[in-house]
Amino acid sequence: MLAYAFKRLLHVIPVAFGVSIVCFLLLHIAPGDPLAAILPADATAELQAQMRALYGLDRPLVIQYLLWLLRALHGDLGLSIATGRPVTREILGAMVNSFILAGVATLIGFSLGSLLGFLAGLYRGSWIDRLASSIAMLGVSVPHYWLGIVLVIIFSVELNWLPATGGGTDGSGGRALDWSYLRFLVLPALTMSVIPMGIIARTIRSLVAEVLAQDFVQALAAKGLMPRQILRHVIRNAAPTAISVMGLQLGYLLGGSILIETVFSWPGTGFLLNNAIFTRDLPMLQGTILILALFFVIMNVLVDIVQSAIDPRIQRN
Amino acid sequence: MALTLTREKAQPAIVLRSPGYWQGVLARLSRDRIAMIALIVVALLILMAILAPYLAPDDPTRGSLARRLKPLGTPGHVLGTDELGRDMLSRLIWGARLSLVMGVVPVPVAFVLGSAIGIIAGYAGGLTNSIIMRTVDVFYAFPSVLLAVALSGTLGSGLTNALVSLTVVFIPQIARVAESVTTQVHRLDYVEAARASGAGSLAIVRVHILGNVLAPIFVFSTSLISVSMILAAGLSFLGLGVRPPDAEWGLMLNTLRTAIYINPTIAALPGVMIFITSIAFNLFSDGLRNAMDVKT
Repeated sequence: MLAYAFKRLLHVIPVAFGVSIVCFLLLHIAPGDPLAAILPADATAELQAQMRALYGLDRPLVIQYLLWLLRALHGDLGLSIATGRPVTREILGAMVNSFILAGVATLIGFSLGSLLGFLAGLYRGSWIDRLASSIAMLGVSVPHYWLGIVLVIIFSVELNWLPATGGGTDGSGGRALDWSYLRFLVLPALTMSVIPMGIIARTIRSLVAEVLAQDFVQALAAKGLMPRQILRHVIRNAAPTAISVMGLQLGYLLGGSILIETVFSWPGTGFLLNNAIFTRDLPMLQGTILILALFFVIMNVLVDIVQSAIDPRIQRN
Repeated sequence: MALTLTREKAQPAIVLRSPGYWQGVLARLSRDRIAMIALIVVALLILMAILAPYLAPDDPTRGSLARRLKPLGTPGHVLGTDELGRDMLSRLIWGARLSLVMGVVPVPVAFVLGSAIGIIAGYAGGLTNSIIMRTVDVFYAFPSVLLAVALSGTLGSGLTNALVSLTVVFIPQIARVAESVTTQVHRLDYVEAARASGAGSLAIVRVHILGNVLAPIFVFSTSLISVSMILAAGLSFLGLGVRPPDAEWGLMLNTLRTAIYINPTIAALPGVMIFITSIAFNLFSDGLRNAMDVKT
């Protein structure tokens, strides 16, 4: 088990390197001079050359990458052009908010999705299946940013129950486990939960149907087991896959949170990324993408390791 | 099968075609009522995009500040007007053009490029396979939304940049499916027999491989169109796709966001179009998957 986990982690290293190269090159495919944002328009050629040397932009690309990587490995992703603060610190602060949002959304999505998926799989072909499958289909097809706007229209504009945008205690950015904080979380978390709900429901439906079709289930039924006891076997067989899908969804939601966080002005990494794009804050843009992508890569490995640990059927080679 | 759900292990089963396979697919598909309705909706949307100049009652870019945000059912403006007084119905009809182009085009382009990359990797095997697939893995390591936003965010807004970003997002996904099915087919006896009887690489790929791998890759690709529609409109929604005053559903959703307090129904309309399109493509692709009996 440990050997497998170790091997799996080793495989990550080349991918992580590749991801860092892509993130580094992002700055260089960006049109225009990376210094244009900080230099005055009438900067002399001499000043430009000085700045270029200061930022290391006059060196070969490979050297630039290695220096950038070395600093990144020490947790230094440069300074934000917009705020002048270290990129790493800004991202870590936002990451906590994004994590809370994505985590709650995954939990809601997982609970509802499992319920729908189980019902659909157990009563395959009945109206329950059709209803649950339709809800799952709507969940995977809905443009979630639009759903967010619709929920804001219903619960904020029309009913005035919940705040339309913002986050933190009374919108201040703080965190507390009370209504002043949670009321900001309700709408974005519900909106975000729709995607994993649909995907998990569809996955579990086919898993349950598959397990039910296996010989051992028929043998259990023939042995005289009650449907409830059979269900226990179905759950045990479906659980590892369902949990790994949930882990992957958490990674997806964190990486793709920009749309929801923009709709709700939720102070997370997606919101940060959106601001970075429109202020052309390239170090911030690069840093956020790097950290989110690396997080996704690590999440993938963790899911694999956890799944192989809890599912004895997986061969670890 | 229960083990194949982590992304790395997803291995779509290959279909060995028999004579009459496609007739069977068409027959099964035409008996699938939901898939047929979805297909009709898709056809109507495409028709609407093509016939926009004849269908739209008004100029989609001509506005008037005197008639901003009129509600549904206003005489002369059945679906009301937007924040600049432009006719909503006309903008939704014209919006089908850019929205469908942005959402659909990346998938066939990625289908061609991704299949080529995946088939070459799967057929060549060995070191070539490793080099190609490890590169693909790197791009696959980004969540789709993040990669699309990262690319179009750095390249800047605009139709071409959005199309390029979305295509780059889908190429690795398709290449992985293509590589996996090609590797499976490649190991089959008849390919070995063809090689033993002196067939060249090109002939083997063309005659024996393509015919058997294209079906699953195609089904997988059609399932991406709905994702692509949502992502493309999402890019425009963020201000990274087409620029105002172009009519595009995602962009309309963005510019109408300020109107949710004045006329919420109008503000939600463009999203309804994105939703309908995405469901139609999803249902059709589900039907196609069942009809072709491919598991992806």
